[in-house]
Amino acid sequence: MSTTELVIPAPREIVTQPRRSDKVFRGVVTGGGLSSLAILGLIAIFLGYRGFEVLRQEGIGFITHSDWSISTDDAGNVLDSHFGLAAMLVGTILCSLIAVVIAVPISVFSALFLNFYAPGWLKKILITIIDMMAAFPSILFGIWGFLVLMPSVEYWAKLLHRYLGFIPIFDMQVPVYTRSPFVAGVVLSIMIIPIITSVSREIFSQAPLDRIQAAYALGATRWAMIKAVVIPHGRSGVIGGAMLGLGRAMGETVAVFTVLNIVFQVNWQMLLGAGGNVASLIILKFGDASPYEIKALMAAGLILFLLTLVVNAIANLIVKTTGKSGR
Amino acid sequence: MTIIPTPTKPWTASTKDRSIDGAIFLVALLSSYLLVSLTPLKGKLAYFVCFFLAYAILTTGFKGVQRGNAAAKDALVNSLVAIGAIVTVIPVASILTTVFQKGLPGISFNLFSHDMALATPTDPLTNGGLLHAITGTLTLMVLALVMSVPIGILTALYLTEIKGRFTGPIRFLVQAMSGVPSIVAGLFILSAILYPITKAYSGFMGALSLTILMIPTIARTSEEVLNLIPNELREAGTALGGTQWRTVAMIVLPAARSGLVTAVILGVARIAGETAPILLLTGGGDKVNPNAFNGPMGSLPYYIWKSFNAGSPEAITRAWAGLLVLVGLVLFLFTTARFLGARKVSK
Repeated sequence: MSTTELVIPAPREIVTQPRRSDKVFRGVVTGGGLSSLAILGLIAIFLGYRGFEVLRQEGIGFITHSDWSISTDDAGNVLDSHFGLAAMLVGTILCSLIAVVIAVPISVFSALFLNFYAPGWLKKILITIIDMMAAFPSILFGIWGFLVLMPSVEYWAKLLHRYLGFIPIFDMQVPVYTRSPFVAGVVLSIMIIPIITSVSREIFSQAPLDRIQAAYALGATRWAMIKAVVIPHGRSGVIGGAMLGLGRAMGETVAVFTVLNIVFQVNWQMLLGAGGNVASLIILKFGDASPYEIKALMAAGLILFLLTLVVNAIANLIVKTTGKSGR
Repeated sequence: MTIIPTPTKPWTASTKDRSIDGAIFLVALLSSYLLVSLTPLKGKLAYFVCFFLAYAILTTGFKGVQRGNAAAKDALVNSLVAIGAIVTVIPVASILTTVFQKGLPGISFNLFSHDMALATPTDPLTNGGLLHAITGTLTLMVLALVMSVPIGILTALYLTEIKGRFTGPIRFLVQAMSGVPSIVAGLFILSAILYPITKAYSGFMGALSLTILMIPTIARTSEEVLNLIPNELREAGTALGGTQWRTVAMIVLPAARSGLVTAVILGVARIAGETAPILLLTGGGDKVNPNAFNGPMGSLPYYIWKSFNAGSPEAITRAWAGLLVLVGLVLFLFTTARFLGARKVSK
């Protein structure tokens, strides 16, 4: 052993204060994180600010009346204007409800198929296809819907009218089937099937395995197991998924504009070729709108924004609480 | 002498069961053919519906007779569930075949070498092309990428690394943001920036609105990826004396690299075909415009929209060709993201 002196390192002070670099880091990241709040807030503020004048002038009539007209003199001053969204709101709700009603059963069945019936290789392929479908641009659905799907859907609409015409919503006085809310609803349903399917699949796959196996051990058939375990577990998750789909369907613009005939009249007859849609209205009127009309469109955008925000918030809450409770 | 028992699997279908299933399938096929030819029903849909009904009734009835009520219900649900999956896949197949069938005749070399400055959509296909649209879409994508990637990843970092007071609300808001209709994002940029400040259409305005649509996709996917990074890595970084900043920058982010790239690509795929805000903000020029900050800028969705609305057969062919290019782009991005995502899992 040599006689080297034992070097005792200088004692270090242990601090719980983050260093300056960390403070900067945390500040920057928090700032980035808060940007979503800032963006959503700014959207509401700016659309509200621009649309305020119109909203004040029209009052509650903006969502209860359904005429959209503006007249200006040669200098471009507004002489008279009426802006009402009632027909567009009714149309938006009608189209997206049709879409949800068609899409939910199909999505739930295909989610069940993916989770409990399909062999592994098929499951993988189908999930890829469904994810791919979610990535398709909406203009593709619109043009495909107009040129390829619409003839078939018109034929289905005729069948519905002939055999189920006694139900008020399938009834119509003038047989015009082209570009009806029903066609738009079918196109939208195809667009939201991937969303509802993947949410339902996620929820179904969280169904407790022990209960599934217990059901099988008691001799349940596959359907009896699904009815006893999976559906009670996933019911509210499916509702949440359906509402996410509803939110997406309400905000869809180009696909609906391509297939829907926009008419400023409240129409609940879904097979009749006259409907409305807030988002499509904005595209329709934007091209040749005067500055004052643009303000009305901004107000319409604000209404649409708030509507989809509420629907999405409720949907996310439902999905989140189901996912968490997990059993 | 020892007897080795052969394993039996009493639950697998016997040859008899299989042949009965096959027979039911054939009978259903036959009856659908007969129904369609003997009644006024017609078309592919009629075949489909008749076949499905016949098959469902036959299997349900047969199982009911063979094994009772519960088995009958099970058989019925079996066919319903299969139909759900088939109905989901049919539109994808139809869309892809239509796009290829109708788009391919419009694809030619000059499509990729000319713009529409000297042509209108109704001209013969030998005039003009979509060069301006491709360059425009790429410019928009790059600009949106540059703006949304930092914000999206910072948001994901906040949710996974800092976990501060606002984690819950921010997660909620990001989800709410992913539901913002694209037209509203367009109107917002229009009201907040285009009208008060620049007063002119440009590619940059379009890119800003696409940024809003892209942030939530990137943030949510990145959050999932960062959550997969094992906590031991972070602890190891801290134990080595690293500050949080250095741990995140030198350990967490590199470990999550391929996953983050997937997130970014999925974000790009989400906005590549976004049409509504582009219609409001970019002005849709017909000429190749390399300057995103000045002058109208064309893009694939705008080109498709314009051609489709022009309505003549040539214009419709142009629209389909544009759609084929757009779908090719989206599928390329999607496959790349899948490939990278799969590699991340296998590592």
